[in-house]
Amino acid sequence: MIPIQQVLTISAGLFCLGLYVVLARRNAVLVLMGLELMLNGVALNFITFAVYRDPERFLGQIFALFVIVVAAAEVGLALAIILRLYRLRRTANVDEANTMRW
Amino acid sequence: MIPPEWLFRGIATLGLLGGLGLALTRNVVHGALFLVLALLAVAGLYLALAADFVALVQVLLYGGAVSILILFAMMLTQVREEPETTDNGQQPVALLVSLAAFAALAAAINTTEWPGTTARSLAHIDFDTISAALFTTWAIPFEIVSLVLLAALIGAIVVARQEPQE
Repeated sequence: MIPIQQVLTISAGLFCLGLYVVLARRNAVLVLMGLELMLNGVALNFITFAVYRDPERFLGQIFALFVIVVAAAEVGLALAIILRLYRLRRTANVDEANTMRW
Repeated sequence: MIPPEWLFRGIATLGLLGGLGLALTRNVVHGALFLVLALLAVAGLYLALAADFVALVQVLLYGGAVSILILFAMMLTQVREEPETTDNGQQPVALLVSLAAFAALAAAINTTEWPGTTARSLAHIDFDTISAALFTTWAIPFEIVSLVLLAALIGAIVVARQEPQE
């Protein structure tokens, strides 16, 4: 069986790649994709701990399911906001969304 | 059943390559495809960890719904291939922060002892067990999350609606 350290390192790698994308990219859609990658790293951690530490109650699996569902809701809402931004500013660049009014 | 280690490592490598591709590519649509690769590889990791149900949900929701939504957003916002504008000026700082975060996480993972996690076979949890738990023990969170989905759906419609005089 794979040592737990390796699985956790993989999920940490996914999380940090997503973090880089969120911080370095300008396009709102790309930022959103980085966020999805981060959420996947987190969900992988939950699954790992559920499988390795808690196979009787599998709480981590349930929690990962909720993480996935809430992430789906968040994507839908975020895309609506990006569409709105694009309609107002003709851009999907997060650096140009710098006022709190229109 | 324990999957062979090389299979696990191969799938993990695919996932990390997908993430790396998303981080490095200049082309936004290629980025989306790299993201799909990473998401499906994570589903493969769930399968390898014997979490079948979550793997299935991952393929359906992430591999299907979320990737399609993201491609839709690209189409509707007419993302152009502008290499000079995909990265912002924070790139060196972002690189530093994410590398530091990874170093800290890896150090924490490898210096911690994980009791009770070695040499155990994978406990397979079938669909019956997990759905029984979802509809009995976790029934209230389950209902609340469906409410969250409904609220997000209505909110998305309201936010994205085209107003007539706009």
